[in-house]
Amino acid sequence: MATTPTREVARRVFAGEFNDAHYTFKESDDERAPVYLLLPTGERANRVFIVGTLMETEDVGDDSEYWQGQVIDPNGDRYYMYAGQYQPDAASMLRELEPPAYISVVGKPRTYETDDGDVNVSVRPESITEVDAATRDRWVVETAERTLERIQHYQAETDEDGDGATVDEYVAMAQEEYDLPVENYRRQVVEALESLEAEEGVAAEAGDA
Amino acid sequence: MTDLRTQATEIHEQFSDQLDISVDDVEERLDTLVNEYKVPLSEARRSVTNTYLDEAGMERDELGGGAGSGNEQVEIADVDAPEEWIDVTAKVTELWDATSDAVAQVGLLGDETGTIKFTKWSKSDLPDLEEGKVYHLRNVVTDEYEGRYSVKLNRTTVIEERDEDIEVGSDDVTVEGALVDIQSGSGLIKRCPEEDCTRVLQNGRCNEHGEVEGEFDLRIKGVLDDGNEVHEILFNKEATEDLTGITLEEAQEMAMDALDTSVVADEMRADLLGKYYRITGPTFRRYVLVDDVEQLSDPTDAEAVLIKARSI
Repeated sequence: MATTPTREVARRVFAGEFNDAHYTFKESDDERAPVYLLLPTGERANRVFIVGTLMETEDVGDDSEYWQGQVIDPNGDRYYMYAGQYQPDAASMLRELEPPAYISVVGKPRTYETDDGDVNVSVRPESITEVDAATRDRWVVETAERTLERIQHYQAETDEDGDGATVDEYVAMAQEEYDLPVENYRRQVVEALESLEAEEGVAAEAGDA
Repeated sequence: MTDLRTQATEIHEQFSDQLDISVDDVEERLDTLVNEYKVPLSEARRSVTNTYLDEAGMERDELGGGAGSGNEQVEIADVDAPEEWIDVTAKVTELWDATSDAVAQVGLLGDETGTIKFTKWSKSDLPDLEEGKVYHLRNVVTDEYEGRYSVKLNRTTVIEERDEDIEVGSDDVTVEGALVDIQSGSGLIKRCPEEDCTRVLQNGRCNEHGEVEGEFDLRIKGVLDDGNEVHEILFNKEATEDLTGITLEEAQEMAMDALDTSVVADEMRADLLGKYYRITGPTFRRYVLVDDVEQLSDPTDAEAVLIKARSI
């Protein structure tokens, strides 16, 4: 299949959903084919865009520098990112930034298996930039919207009142690999948005539907 | 435009109300001129059209568009190739200061579908166009530079003022998203100085002209991503200076101090990446060419999304 490589969309996903993901796959046997992380809401992610608060940075390398950064989202969940000699720009940002700081990160999801067989997911940053609070707030709303779109798509595809045939291959894959209730992610969306309103000093309305 | 029958059908349509002629009659006249007398088809068409105009006692401008010069009457948004001879009916929306004595007038023409730059050469000796007026321009040539099309008026161009107004439209698109990448070939670049080349040099070499003394330019090739789709966007020198506040001269100084041109793109990346922008401009191939850029720093309305999140 000869196709020109198209640029992969950077998915917007809160840390809670991101860290639930562990299944990765390729869509062709080509060695250079993109690797996708399957999100529990039924979407594939080869790239993510994250804006959050950098909480901690640490050089965890043995021989050469290997920087870990922890970025927190509005729900208090953390993304873990690692940058070494092959990501020199991102590594130097993690070396130089003083937490706490708002940063935006464009990067690729990576998974690794721990000694006791768990699969952890992290981000390999392509770029890291320091940003302001307004950019972070915009990202929270945008990520809420994108997550809701995925949840609605997931629900429409798996609706028991429907024709019973699951159409979307990534939704089907998510059911197969995770079978996690997407309701969890809807709650994360609500909490994230409520935290924005609380920050503005507006009392969040009580009583979720 | 090469098929006699097609041409004959078009001419026939223009006169079918006034003259009792058949498509075959028209085609026969064209055929005689083209195949027997070796007249170029466009000339043959003009000649046949004139004959029928005389017969019908009509003026040329009573005809529908297209017959005028044998060119296609083209809408501005449809201009998609250089070096085509076309006719346009358009309003002069802007006149700019000519930067060279060779140029008599330069500015912007617009019709319902969009706008396009025009250039009128001094040596063509044409009457002046006035801003705000609508003209029918026959025999103009299209040109292209960095993905933007323009038309050039020349000695053979016929300018007719029209007593009408045109609501000038826009073929621009507006896209929003986070700037997730500034690609290689951005920042301070060098272009080939050969006439009409302008290729970006790779290690001082032009693909076409080999080793040349390049001319500095600024641009950004970026990627805007809203989480659903990506748009590749192209900032030319003006748009780059506008967005970054770094002028071409300053960029050259930065590069000279560092003995490296890549510092310019690095600084732009540090400054711009990971932030949200709204971009407006025309599209060219897979790019949106940036005319207007605005950083989106206002908070968005979380309330509407929250209501939706609670309802599903």
